[in-house]
Amino acid sequence: MAKSIDISDLDIYYGDFKAVEGVNMTIRARAVTAFIGPSGCGKSTFLRALNRMHEVIPGARVEGKVMVSGQSLYEPGVDPVAVRRQIGMVFQRPNPFPTMSIYDNVLAGNRLNSKKIKKAEADAIVEKSLRSANLWTEVKDRLNKPGMGLSGGQQQRLCIARAIAVEPQVLLMDEPCSALDPISTSAIEDLIHELKADYTIVIVTHNMQQAARVSDDTGFFNLKAAGQPGHLVEFNPTNKMFTNPDEESTEAYISGRFG
Amino acid sequence: MSTTTPLERDFAVSAGLVQPKLPRGAGLLVAVLALGVSGLLALLLGWNPVGGLVLAAVLFVIGFPLWSALLEGRRSAVDRLATSLVCLAFGVVLVPLVWLIWMVVSKGLSAISIQFLTYDMRGALAHGGGIYHALIGTLLVTLAATIISVPIGIFAAIYLVEYGKGNRLARVTTFLVDVMTGIPSIVAGLFALALLVLIFGPAIRIGFGGSIALSLLMIPTVVRSTEEMLRLVPSDLREASYALGVPKWRTISKMVVPTAIGGIVTGVVLAISRVIGETAPLLIVAGNTDSLNWNLFNGRMMTLPVYIFQQYSSPGVLPAGEVGDPPGYARAWGAALVLIVIVMLLNLGARIIGKIFAPPTDRRR
Repeated sequence: MAKSIDISDLDIYYGDFKAVEGVNMTIRARAVTAFIGPSGCGKSTFLRALNRMHEVIPGARVEGKVMVSGQSLYEPGVDPVAVRRQIGMVFQRPNPFPTMSIYDNVLAGNRLNSKKIKKAEADAIVEKSLRSANLWTEVKDRLNKPGMGLSGGQQQRLCIARAIAVEPQVLLMDEPCSALDPISTSAIEDLIHELKADYTIVIVTHNMQQAARVSDDTGFFNLKAAGQPGHLVEFNPTNKMFTNPDEESTEAYISGRFG
Repeated sequence: MSTTTPLERDFAVSAGLVQPKLPRGAGLLVAVLALGVSGLLALLLGWNPVGGLVLAAVLFVIGFPLWSALLEGRRSAVDRLATSLVCLAFGVVLVPLVWLIWMVVSKGLSAISIQFLTYDMRGALAHGGGIYHALIGTLLVTLAATIISVPIGIFAAIYLVEYGKGNRLARVTTFLVDVMTGIPSIVAGLFALALLVLIFGPAIRIGFGGSIALSLLMIPTVVRSTEEMLRLVPSDLREASYALGVPKWRTISKMVVPTAIGGIVTGVVLAISRVIGETAPLLIVAGNTDSLNWNLFNGRMMTLPVYIFQQYSSPGVLPAGEVGDPPGYARAWGAALVLIVIVMLLNLGARIIGKIFAPPTDRRR
């Protein structure tokens, strides 16, 4: 069920401001693709353009093509809601719904869409999602407690469980570990490794080691100068990227000699 | 660590870490002194107690920081001055509140009886009579006003926060809502009356007209408070919901509004308690009557504030041979007490509802 994504000549604007310019890449199915680059270079904006989440911000628009298994996302008539059901997202800060229990948080995608599901089926979805998110053993005795009562790392894994409970084909992760301690981070990295078997995963990270550990392909974004749009400098298999990059600026950034 | 050598103490003093400090209870001592001095002066010069209290406050605010300045230095003195001014302001705020409640309770409590709460004023002359008709009228008129204004107010707020996002219509609406917050209640009453006269012809007085006037006053309050509550819902949560493929209207109805519902309900109840004491518009549109009327759409309807006004402006006379205040005064105080109790219960209810609906988190408090 995982799908690949082809991006060609993608420009992203906020109003008149061009945030990202001319991106071309192919994100492989059942692989982890990481985006690295300095703050403000448009990694997150680009990630959000992949499931039309940037449209939540007024004035944001896109030129170019994003094709998911041959279907263009930005054709007129494509429903952004349907797109987001297939391409899930995990955010930088854990954001479980405060009014809901752990159980309801996992089912939120189904419940909020008023899907009729039987109790047994719902239980199965919750257990499966929480197991995939490596959270089941920690919370199985307190599924009816509020999701906000968990620790930060647990909350983030709850958000991942929530995202995979609707069975998307692609999972976008926007710096999922930046607010977490090393132990939770390693739990989530293990999780990414396991999820790779079923999902196409795209992850934005500021942590070079993390990109090297979890990803198969890496894209390096950079700014030409402050106020200029961000662009994709290099897109290569992670091994090559971290040992023998094509571009000098990539090597400078990865080895810490940047800017 | 409990014992310090003389050498250490010398060092601490010379480094300015240890400074002289006023003894504990110094504030209390100064307060008692100030009260004593001003009380004595008031007694000797024959002032009234209020003058004495004002003098005591002034003495305290001057004396306490002065003592501190002499002993502790400038920074502490400024601190003590600010603290005493803040405490004084708190006391001044408390005075009218306590006084008002004391007056209403002491004068109104004697009027309250089963008869007072269950009889209307039909045929009541000097003694007897009650507020039953006004109580029912107030409840019905306010309930109808709530039913009109809550949906309008909440939907308007949802539009402003979730859909408007600074477009022209939203800006104009916000501006008009702000203007409406300030319209005098008598104007709302005249508007409702004019509306009814246009529809039903002149000399119309019905309870529902009062509801229209009150809802004009309620809607802006409901819009503003709901707007604030919806803005408090983090945009993270909306994005999380969108990212799950939830359409916008479901995100709003199932996630945003439930997260904010505690605050919204509190705002609505506070809006109710703001309009429940309105007199002028009800006097104009709902009219003034002695008898019970259950029908909002037919005939005049008495309400508590209008009842108080009417009992005070035409209090009646005592039968020959009895001395004291006219009988209407006691009834007015009793009705005022009942009105205050209703408002207080509404506020308590709002707090409880706010607590019940607040998102359950382990981390809060």
